[in-house]
Amino acid sequence: MTAPTQELGHGRTEGPAPAVRLDAVSKVYGRGATSLLALDQVSLSAAQGEFVCLLGASGCGKSTMLNLVAGLDRPTTGTIETGGRQIAMMFQEPALFPWLTVTGNIELALRKLDRKRRRERAAELLDVVHLGGFAKKRPHELSGGMRQRVSLARALAQEADVLLMDEPFGALDAMTRDLLHDELERIWRERNLAILFVTHNVREAVRLGDRVVLLSSRPGKVIEDYPVDLERPRRTESAEVAGLAGEITVRLKEEVSRHAGKSRPETEAGNVG
Amino acid sequence: MSVDAPDKLNAQIAGLDALEIQVKAKRNIPAAIWGRLWPMLLAVSIVLAIWEAVVLAGFWPEYVFAGPVTALGELGNRLGEGEFWHAVATTMRRAVSGFLLAILVGVAIGAAVSRIKLLRAAFGSLITGLQTMPSIAWFPLAILLFGLTENAITFVVVLGAAPSIANGLITGVDYTPPILLRAGHVLGLRRISLYRHLILPASLPSFLAGLKQGWAFAWRSLMAGEILVIIANQPSLGEQLHYARELADSARLLATMIIILLIGIVVDVLFGAADNALRRRWGLDQRIG
Repeated sequence: MTAPTQELGHGRTEGPAPAVRLDAVSKVYGRGATSLLALDQVSLSAAQGEFVCLLGASGCGKSTMLNLVAGLDRPTTGTIETGGRQIAMMFQEPALFPWLTVTGNIELALRKLDRKRRRERAAELLDVVHLGGFAKKRPHELSGGMRQRVSLARALAQEADVLLMDEPFGALDAMTRDLLHDELERIWRERNLAILFVTHNVREAVRLGDRVVLLSSRPGKVIEDYPVDLERPRRTESAEVAGLAGEITVRLKEEVSRHAGKSRPETEAGNVG
Repeated sequence: MSVDAPDKLNAQIAGLDALEIQVKAKRNIPAAIWGRLWPMLLAVSIVLAIWEAVVLAGFWPEYVFAGPVTALGELGNRLGEGEFWHAVATTMRRAVSGFLLAILVGVAIGAAVSRIKLLRAAFGSLITGLQTMPSIAWFPLAILLFGLTENAITFVVVLGAAPSIANGLITGVDYTPPILLRAGHVLGLRRISLYRHLILPASLPSFLAGLKQGWAFAWRSLMAGEILVIIANQPSLGEQLHYARELADSARLLATMIIILLIGIVVDVLFGAADNALRRRWGLDQRIG
């Protein structure tokens, strides 16, 4: 197994300081005997313009990690550096405000601009996600995939350098997801975003990522960091993607079977081998 | 590996969107109104028939329990009387001013209690407890404090309505969906902007439900108050009930009761319409078809 504190990703991305850098980050929920170690000494970095997929089974602390980077929660120990970059986040749910129109939701992220600029900017962003004709609709009038694109437009409105995505396409059907992969890839390239993309879908991770970082479960630890050297654009159903996905799946299954026979979550912070 | 051209991708996305958008069926409005109206008319005629049957059974003399024809005839006469409209105006003025005052008090209390933990611990359950207090039980105290004046009535109306309104606001703030709070945090909403853009709008449905319940309590308290606190030269609906009983004028008494019921129904329908409009806007209505 890889040493937990090893720096990952530096071999591949030479040059400037990473956009996001987690250094020996641990997160413990609760105290004493009932505490739960969610993340154990995770070190990870992503360069500006790099697409990093975080992959793991349940309980690997993927979402916890994004929450920490987004500032929704604080690490127990360790440091997270983002160099003052603007960070946007997307969730599995679109998390749109139902009392606002599609435009209104996006304009909420543009509060600092004056009214006219706000309107223009929201219209531009809706065009980016191919929803130009739906500005006046309310979220509930759209399909799941369309709402998720509004959510993406809202995230882009923040002019972020770093985009955190917590299983954003997990609840969508395969065809919609496929189209959104193409969309996301295009936007990521145009804007040179650093993306941390959490998923439990191995093929999705290989389809999208420059790197696929595999996490162990309970507690979450980085156990493998796969570079994905496949040419873009990739297709989810291609043999190359399937090949690497198969290899990663084997490793993921090994990790999952390590937990066989443990019918309850570990309750003590220190007892993980 | 096949590579989709950008415009091909655009066409695929547009096609999928077009398929996934729900097509709204046009509604036939007259048919919809009739569909809701006829069950109500049916219910009213059944009630009138039972009423007439009880009168015909002759348990009580006509001057004690008038039949629907006499009562509705009396109601028709009263619609032409200035005193009647004066009474309705007085009652509605009290109802509206009392309710508005209750909103002010309820919102102030609700806002304070939902923001400040100590107040929540101290007064949270007390506010819920107050809702169970029958408002008529406040009147002896109100009359001692304010005498037989309109202030006594207003006092009890506010006490009756404010807890529901405060509770509606507190519940709305408490149950702001956590996922929206997280999204709001990522969007940089803090303190005042968090309240303005997220928590207050999110609590609107619950606040509206509190208003509706508050109105029902206010209306009941007001009727109790008008029967107990009778002010000279100020005809009101409650006062008219009282005198109709004193004069054993059954038709007049029943006619006044019908008016009180109708006003209650009309206001309830208004709240219901506001609630429906909100639900439709937010996509909370689960109607099928």
